[in-house]
Amino acid sequence: MKNFVRRPEAGAFAAFLLTYLFFLAATPGTGFVSINGTAGWLNLAAELGIVAIPVGLLMISGEFDLSIGSTVGASSMILALGTNQFGAPTWPMIGLALMAGAAIGLANGMAVVKTKLPSFIVTLATNFIVIGATMGISRLIANVTSASIFASDSAKLAFATRLGQANISILWWVLVAYIGYRILSKSTFGNWIYATGGNEDAARAAGVPVERVKIMLFVATGVCAALVGILQGVQWNSGNSTYGMGYVFQAPIVVVIGGVLLTGGYGSVIGIVLGTALFGVISSGIFYTGWNTDWIQLFLGLLLALAVLANNYVRRLALTAS
Amino acid sequence: MADTLMELRNVDKFFGSTKALKDVSMSVQPGKILCLLGDNGAGKSTLIKVLSGYHQPTNGQIVFEGQETRFSGPREARQRGIATVHQNVGSIPLMSVGRNFFLGAEPVTGRWPFRRIDTQKANAIAVEQMQKFGLTRVTNGDQLVGTMSGGERQVLAIGRAMYFGAKMLILDEPTSALGVKEASIVLKMMRIARQNGAGIVFITHNARHAMSVGDDFCVLIQGEVAARFKRNEKSREDVLNLMAGGEDMTELEDDLEQID
Ligand SMILES: Nc1ncnc2c1ncn2[C@@H]1O[C@H](COP(=O)(O)OP(=O)(O)OP(=O)(O)O)[C@@H](O)[C@H]1O
Ligand SMILES: [Mg+2]
Repeated sequence: MKNFVRRPEAGAFAAFLLTYLFFLAATPGTGFVSINGTAGWLNLAAELGIVAIPVGLLMISGEFDLSIGSTVGASSMILALGTNQFGAPTWPMIGLALMAGAAIGLANGMAVVKTKLPSFIVTLATNFIVIGATMGISRLIANVTSASIFASDSAKLAFATRLGQANISILWWVLVAYIGYRILSKSTFGNWIYATGGNEDAARAAGVPVERVKIMLFVATGVCAALVGILQGVQWNSGNSTYGMGYVFQAPIVVVIGGVLLTGGYGSVIGIVLGTALFGVISSGIFYTGWNTDWIQLFLGLLLALAVLANNYVRRLALTAS
Repeated sequence: MADTLMELRNVDKFFGSTKALKDVSMSVQPGKILCLLGDNGAGKSTLIKVLSGYHQPTNGQIVFEGQETRFSGPREARQRGIATVHQNVGSIPLMSVGRNFFLGAEPVTGRWPFRRIDTQKANAIAVEQMQKFGLTRVTNGDQLVGTMSGGERQVLAIGRAMYFGAKMLILDEPTSALGVKEASIVLKMMRIARQNGAGIVFITHNARHAMSVGDDFCVLIQGEVAARFKRNEKSREDVLNLMAGGEDMTELEDDLEQID
């Protein structure tokens, strides 16, 4: 038990459990706990969860990425203009959208590593540059900032299948989370991520390629954001430059709620997944209570404040001898 | 002296008009502890940076294992077996002992894509190495390094360097931030590393720590070697007088016994 409390995801686990039980008690007979209700909050969590995993790994390495929002939009627009305006086949355009995500991530990573400026500012700038460029270029090409997507059947199967109420995004989330878990907790690269965020100089002195670690995480974040753009685009049959803007702050919020230290060096994928699930439960649970959905923001804000305090406490606890 | 590990011959290091090192000659022997003493600004840090490949000497030669050498950088020096342990860098508090120990050289098991760090092996070796160097309190490789004391972290860093084949250990003030008991752990460990054949350069302000383990002594004053002597050739008082400002003259007497 004592060892569990020291784990980075302990707080998120407790918060998730309490919140779930709260909505369970507050929404009797409304189907919140039914299969469809569960699919509902999982749907809400899934796409956010796909970006939150790499954003969380990046934060453990000590960096931020606020450009994910515009990358989601850019990716959906690449797919829309490609399949619509140019009549290009779907899969190559999906490949192109993912590559654009990787390129944005690479640009972020290089800029952060070369300029040594805070990634917070660098990626905030990227966020505006990318959304501005997406809108500008879309207008130049087709005089629109959103457009329909004509996806092939196989692409629809991969990105827009629904099983009952559940979106296939949930499976993508599980896949990304599993890969993230293997990387962070099991691989050599994961050890380097922790070391880079925990003590950059010491990591470098031990031969860890600190810059490469960061750049690769920025690239992974860009690719995952592009994947979310593809998922949303294909599901809604349209691309829009402003898709994903909500993630800019939601992703770091669920990451912190999941127990990742703002200063880096500590956190877990299980925690990030729980933080994201908590977000899904609140967003969907409020709806079942019939209260105004404005309360979601209040809930999230309080949770974030609590999480930051709790994380500091857990960190101190972890550093006291067992 | 055929088995000299590293030798500096008439080394100068200038930073613009600042002469940080002037005509320094010294040699590091395997299985010996060379103590480098000197007051603030005497050039100790500059000297270790030359030894560890971080700076190139302005004039003079470095001879490593009998060959004249110019290190291209700290990485090359490290690859050739020169390990530098700084006072506070080197460990990551929120990571486990095993993961810290093997950082940058993690043992892996399994096949791709399921290849993973062999945590069991890493933990076992880390704990075993630290025990070998006299640290018996840490028995669980999963323990976070942040829960260990400053002295224990030094032991981890030095044990790590030795495990990865360091021939020469450069320790920059490893005991200066430590209490008496902690310092004695580190000094004990230095003796064990010496027995294992490492050549050790021990930088310190503290004459009593130096006297308790040193074989050879070198006192730097304003970038120049002011004195050079062997164990038992000089008394503690002489050493203190040599180093400008022997502040802890009185403390010295009572603490020395506790260390040895
Ligand atoms: N990179 C540098 N550029 C210019 N001057 C330097 C540089 N590094 C050291 N010096 C100068 O060289 C002299 C010796 O400094 P050094 O840091 O080697 O002393 P030290 O013996 O390590 O002192 P301390 O006990 O305070 O650590 C000082 O006058 C310092 O200002
Ligand atoms: Mg110094």
